[in-house]
Amino acid sequence: MDKFVPTAQEALADVRDGSTIHVSGFGSAGLPVDLLETLAEQGARDLTIVSNNGGTGDRGLARLIAAGQVSRLVASFPRGADTKAFDEAFATGRLEYECVPQGTLAERIRAAGAGIGGFFTPTSYGTELAEGKETRVINGRGHVFEKPLHADVALVRAWGADALGNVVYRKTGRNFGPVMCTAATTTVVSVEHRLAIGEIDPEHVVTPGIFVDRVVVDDPHLAVSA
Amino acid sequence: MTPTALPGRPGIVQRVARDLGPGSYVNLGVGIPVDVLPLLRHRPDIFVHSENGVLGMRTLDPDEATDDNMVNAGKMPVGAHEGAAFFHHADSFAMMRGGHLDACVLGAYQASASGDLANWSLGRPDAANTVGGAMDLVVGAKQVWVTMEHLTHQGKPRILPECTLPLTGVGVVNRVYTDKATLHIVDGTVIVAELVGDTTFDELVDITPVPLIDRPVEREQGQALHPRQVG
Repeated sequence: MDKFVPTAQEALADVRDGSTIHVSGFGSAGLPVDLLETLAEQGARDLTIVSNNGGTGDRGLARLIAAGQVSRLVASFPRGADTKAFDEAFATGRLEYECVPQGTLAERIRAAGAGIGGFFTPTSYGTELAEGKETRVINGRGHVFEKPLHADVALVRAWGADALGNVVYRKTGRNFGPVMCTAATTTVVSVEHRLAIGEIDPEHVVTPGIFVDRVVVDDPHLAVSA
Repeated sequence: MTPTALPGRPGIVQRVARDLGPGSYVNLGVGIPVDVLPLLRHRPDIFVHSENGVLGMRTLDPDEATDDNMVNAGKMPVGAHEGAAFFHHADSFAMMRGGHLDACVLGAYQASASGDLANWSLGRPDAANTVGGAMDLVVGAKQVWVTMEHLTHQGKPRILPECTLPLTGVGVVNRVYTDKATLHIVDGTVIVAELVGDTTFDELVDITPVPLIDRPVEREQGQALHPRQVG
């Protein structure tokens, strides 16, 4: 078994218009810039992107949004420094945006990957983000029902992987990667390092290979923060 | 009561740092709260949690290189104390919702006398709101401490009978640290635990449109959080 694919182009060739795509990253940490740049060139449109942030500058997610390839964004914190592409697309109505509390976002993705049909959380109870949602009082406390959030494709950046798809991350670059790997029909992981089978101590594997379909080594020319 | 040395925001930051007891697990939000971090530089006994997956965060040394994969909730570069741990987002928020954090410190637009908090939306329908992890923190941390200036730039109160902005959480706030006072909210009652600088109780009453209880005894006792006392 060898899950390494020679190029990002090959790994993303079958991404279709209308897909829902999980994108890891918190700021630039763990953000799969290579894969997003490749997706922008590949040209898939009408995408729903699920990601904590909304992209900065003019690369990666910001480039996809600016090119009009994203019709819907599910995020907790899309605005910030240098989020021009998101701000413009939202202001002009070209981009639908669903605001999800960050922990609910992570848990909805986790639920999708774990085969859970939804869950009750106290997060957002009594706020406008709970409006229209089913609620229930559990042990005297108000909870909100949240549904799983599955994707057609997960794009995740990590530190290293072996040919079996076992993945290790680096520092806070881990963020949404492990849960997103579990929750997509096809999971593509971009890594800095190709590791030999056996090189990762089984005790240290964060994402086991069963959750990973394709692995691409970052293009060193593109592997800078964005 | 020990007089507060610094006015304004630095004083808020200083008082929050003072009140974090040894052994506590605490999340510092973006804005004023994260300014507490440098004051904890030599306090490895206080474990600072960052929602993006680190427990044991610290400020960088002056000569320490930054790392794209080592950032805090505000995406600013940080370091980690010895004994720190990394984890993914679902685990990070399990720490919050599961009640494992002793305190979270958040910036705010408004807080109400009953502990409601508004800190994520100005209620403008044309603006995309950014909630981040605030709603998860306030339902999960054992103590929710809010930091803000006592009045808006227009001189309007931020502590109100009821919040006028969209809520982040209902009845969640335990303490409010402002540039005028430290207030404890206990069962819908707002207790003045500390007056800052030259502020008098009467002056505070004038600029705070909720019933205030003067409790000097409580002030004398101090307000440090000692969550892990043994025996």
